[in-house]
Amino acid sequence: MELHVIADNFAFLILQGFFGFGSFAGGTLRLAAPAIVFGFILGIFIGLGRLARSRWISVPMTIYVEFFRGVPLVMVIFWFWFIIPVLLGKSLPEYSVALTAFVVFEAAYLGEIVRAGIQSVPRGQVEAATATGLTRAQAMRHVILPQAFRNMIPALVTQFIVLLKDTSLASIIGYVDLTKAAQIVNNREIRPFELYLFIAVVYWACSYGMSRYARALERRLNPQAA
Amino acid sequence: MSYTFNWSILWTGQSGGWLLQGLFTTIEISILAWWIAVVLGIGSGAMRTVPVVPLRWAAAAYVEFFRNVPLLVWMFFWYFAVPPLLPDAVREWLFDHGAEFWAALCALGVYHGARFSEVIRAGIQAIPKTQFEAAVSTGLTVTQAYRLIILPIALRLIIPPATNESLNLLKNSSVALTIGVAELTFQTRQIETYTAKAFEALASGTVIYLLLCLTIAALMAQVERRYAIPGMIAQGAVGEN
Repeated sequence: MELHVIADNFAFLILQGFFGFGSFAGGTLRLAAPAIVFGFILGIFIGLGRLARSRWISVPMTIYVEFFRGVPLVMVIFWFWFIIPVLLGKSLPEYSVALTAFVVFEAAYLGEIVRAGIQSVPRGQVEAATATGLTRAQAMRHVILPQAFRNMIPALVTQFIVLLKDTSLASIIGYVDLTKAAQIVNNREIRPFELYLFIAVVYWACSYGMSRYARALERRLNPQAA
Repeated sequence: MSYTFNWSILWTGQSGGWLLQGLFTTIEISILAWWIAVVLGIGSGAMRTVPVVPLRWAAAAYVEFFRNVPLLVWMFFWYFAVPPLLPDAVREWLFDHGAEFWAALCALGVYHGARFSEVIRAGIQAIPKTQFEAAVSTGLTVTQAYRLIILPIALRLIIPPATNESLNLLKNSSVALTIGVAELTFQTRQIETYTAKAFEALASGTVIYLLLCLTIAALMAQVERRYAIPGMIAQGAVGEN
């Protein structure tokens, strides 16, 4: 073990690779944080769409979800890597491609979380809201969604953990995240054991820490279950 | 948009053969890794519920360490970091016999074993504690109680989440392309490189993955209908991808 490899390249690995400060437009967090936010916004529409009464909305949304859940993320990243230049007539930087791919892909999973959250609100709440004279849209906005969001929080944290780990796959199109940063350093230093173990520990710390947090949240929101 | 479709590239030249070969490798590595994952998963999942503290800790350490690190990092770890630690003879043998395949197999199997473990633990914990107590009180040892009573029930309870995890394993096998395993995604990339027809290549790979996933899901729904225990559903299986 030659740990000085880690110490020498610590700033590059963490600042550039993990956070995204530096000469490359990279960073694990800089990809994961906007991806979960935009993915969730898209996911709300998909989750609501799957529950819509009209089949013209619910069937396409179901197909969207089942399609992206049946295809590997690697494949989806390659799709965007290829299709964006064809559609726009010019190529975009890795960051935009990766972000688009992650938002579209994660929205399928986040849509399912939104749907489950809405369905977890007791039926009586909907009936009570309707009885007070609210329209369907009003009941959704003022009564159901606020309660549903609360129930979704633990699942959202869990999904963010998944996303954070999945962003490592953006390195296959050359995006400089933590994994790619380790590869770059390794090409120079040839210390795979130390470097890959180090980034494993970094991912582990984030992921494990957040999963403990998700579990604690779940217990607080739902004391009788745990 | 200026793109000319040419679907015939899929059946002329070598493309068809590459796709078939890729499909075969994907299925091969998925089935082998699935067996590793199931064995590790059942072992560690059961260990996490037994009344022996050191066993529980060991299993928890395995699960938490492996499932909280991206699969891609494990691929690199098993392929680049582990072989230099092996004796020279073993390492040379490995690099003569497709080291990337074995590394990807270890990465997939051990990573998904940790995830199967959580599914199996949830299944065991869904069984009322009285079942275990009743089994022990009839004179069975703890091992016998697990083998004859707890695990058979748990395995029937977890069919839906286990199917989900198995499909995740199949899809995740695509990550093996990063270390050069010639599986399905790798082959679609190869077709793209040789023919410059990315749309057709990616579409064919995507359709094959979708068909594989849908077929397995349909088959497992049949299995579930046959083996599910009426009135009991496993709770809290992790819905991660």
